[in-house]
Amino acid sequence: MIEATGLTKHYGRTVAVDNLSFTVGEGRVTGFLGPNGAGKSTTMRMILGLDSPTSGDVRIDGQHYRDLHQPLRTVGALLDAKWVHPNRSARAHLRWLAAATKLPRSRIDQVLDLVGLGAVANKNAGGFSLGMSQRLGIAAALLGDPRVLLFDEPVNGLDPEGILWIRKFMHQLADEGRTVFVSSHLLSEMAQTAQDLVVIGRGKLIYQGTVDEFIANATESTVLVRSPTLEKLGEHLLAAGAGISDDGDALRVSGMDSAAIGELAATRQIVLHELSPQVGSLEQAFIHLTGDTVEYRTEEPALGTTEEGPTA
Amino acid sequence: MSLLEAERIKLFTTRSPWWCGLLAIALPVGLTALIATQAGGPGSAEFDASATQLLTGLGRSVVMVMAALSITSEYRFGTIRATFQAVPNRTSALLAKTAVTAVPAALIGAVVGFGSWAVFRLIHPDPALALDSAADWRAVAGQPLVFAITAVLSLGVGILIRQTAGAVAVLLVYSLLVEGLVGLIPKIGDDIQHWMPFFAADRFIGVQADAPGLQELPLGPWGYLAYFAAIAVAVLAAGILSAGRRDA
Repeated sequence: MIEATGLTKHYGRTVAVDNLSFTVGEGRVTGFLGPNGAGKSTTMRMILGLDSPTSGDVRIDGQHYRDLHQPLRTVGALLDAKWVHPNRSARAHLRWLAAATKLPRSRIDQVLDLVGLGAVANKNAGGFSLGMSQRLGIAAALLGDPRVLLFDEPVNGLDPEGILWIRKFMHQLADEGRTVFVSSHLLSEMAQTAQDLVVIGRGKLIYQGTVDEFIANATESTVLVRSPTLEKLGEHLLAAGAGISDDGDALRVSGMDSAAIGELAATRQIVLHELSPQVGSLEQAFIHLTGDTVEYRTEEPALGTTEEGPTA
Repeated sequence: MSLLEAERIKLFTTRSPWWCGLLAIALPVGLTALIATQAGGPGSAEFDASATQLLTGLGRSVVMVMAALSITSEYRFGTIRATFQAVPNRTSALLAKTAVTAVPAALIGAVVGFGSWAVFRLIHPDPALALDSAADWRAVAGQPLVFAITAVLSLGVGILIRQTAGAVAVLLVYSLLVEGLVGLIPKIGDDIQHWMPFFAADRFIGVQADAPGLQELPLGPWGYLAYFAAIAVAVLAAGILSAGRRDA
């Protein structure tokens, strides 16, 4: 379990993380969501004791990272897949990590096989593709068989096959009872990977809870209807208390589900050409909640993934 | 011990330390051989064992680069974060790295010291080159100490500066130019120069001990070695202190 209380980090006058409190539970995949530059990586570095908080603290199973004995046995992390010396082989990279943690060398081959890098273990890490680097980073994170795992944007730049592999892998790790904390700025990805969410914007906590609740709370469900007699249908819908808005040659109906609309149309003998429920997307929910907190925004933020540049 | 083992694996699993080591030995020993072939013509001055050590500074410069690189490349490639993740006690991690950098530097120093002396004597056999005084032994067998302390100092600078280019430039420009040029300052130049760290290292080795300007010095050879070591330890301590405070 990871517990952050009042976590704050200032870089000069910039506030990267602002009084952030959250908990990450065991046996679940918890997504750490926020636009680029929201403070996700900084928070992860503070969890690992790499950056020291300006105030507040963060504990892993009740302990500060610095006080953990052989911390790789408790916490495994992949913050940046490129944090490897390019002229050192994958196996040698894992060898020194294992030595620092007094792990047996047999463990190195185990994790290499687990991530599917057994065949290229003696090749220099500098020649690895991004996908292979991510796998090596995951192997390093798993080396000490830790209870807590942190991944920062693990699917960034991966091909669909790699994304699927990582997603399955996270679920497997959580099913084994581990704490899995994964950051992303991609909501659709989190919807498929995570059960719980911690959402931040500009370093502040916006939401903590389940993914399902997050979508339900933040989105409004509507139904799209098309009909040759759209005006007539609209009148009846308004009379029945539904809200309507024009959407091209269709109507967007709120406050009434598709079954009720269908029944209404049938009793009024109105022909329907389309009747489709529109489930609110995670993107909509995200923009709805973080709309005020995107650090750099375009005139009309069409997507929640407004680019800010690399998250340091 | 596990930290020393981890640092040892790190040092020897990339190629650059091997090349640096090779260069640090080949450069001074090779050029000393060249000098030896031309030594001792009619009218040339008498010389002793310390004369065979004139070019060891070349090896020392390469060791400086090697030691600084061992830490700056970790910052460059982010492996320092993996190191601090595995070993949150940064002082222990950096002290382990210091030991693993200083020991190979001492070995290189031994090979350079005795190698230069041996190759000189082989090419130019001269009874004056025999190691028959404390000063002679210091000049040759003292190199491992000087190389090890140089490595510690350079590592300290590397930890403070973090950037390869910056650290290497500071170290080389300082040791090769600044210390020599300080002596050009009128009146006080010599007094300042007498307290410069690499000047101190050279006095311990006894390079050009007969030179007219080097007769009245504030410290003896061992005093100078202690002074050189104290500066190296101070720089390393400053580096470790700063690494502990700054974000990795």
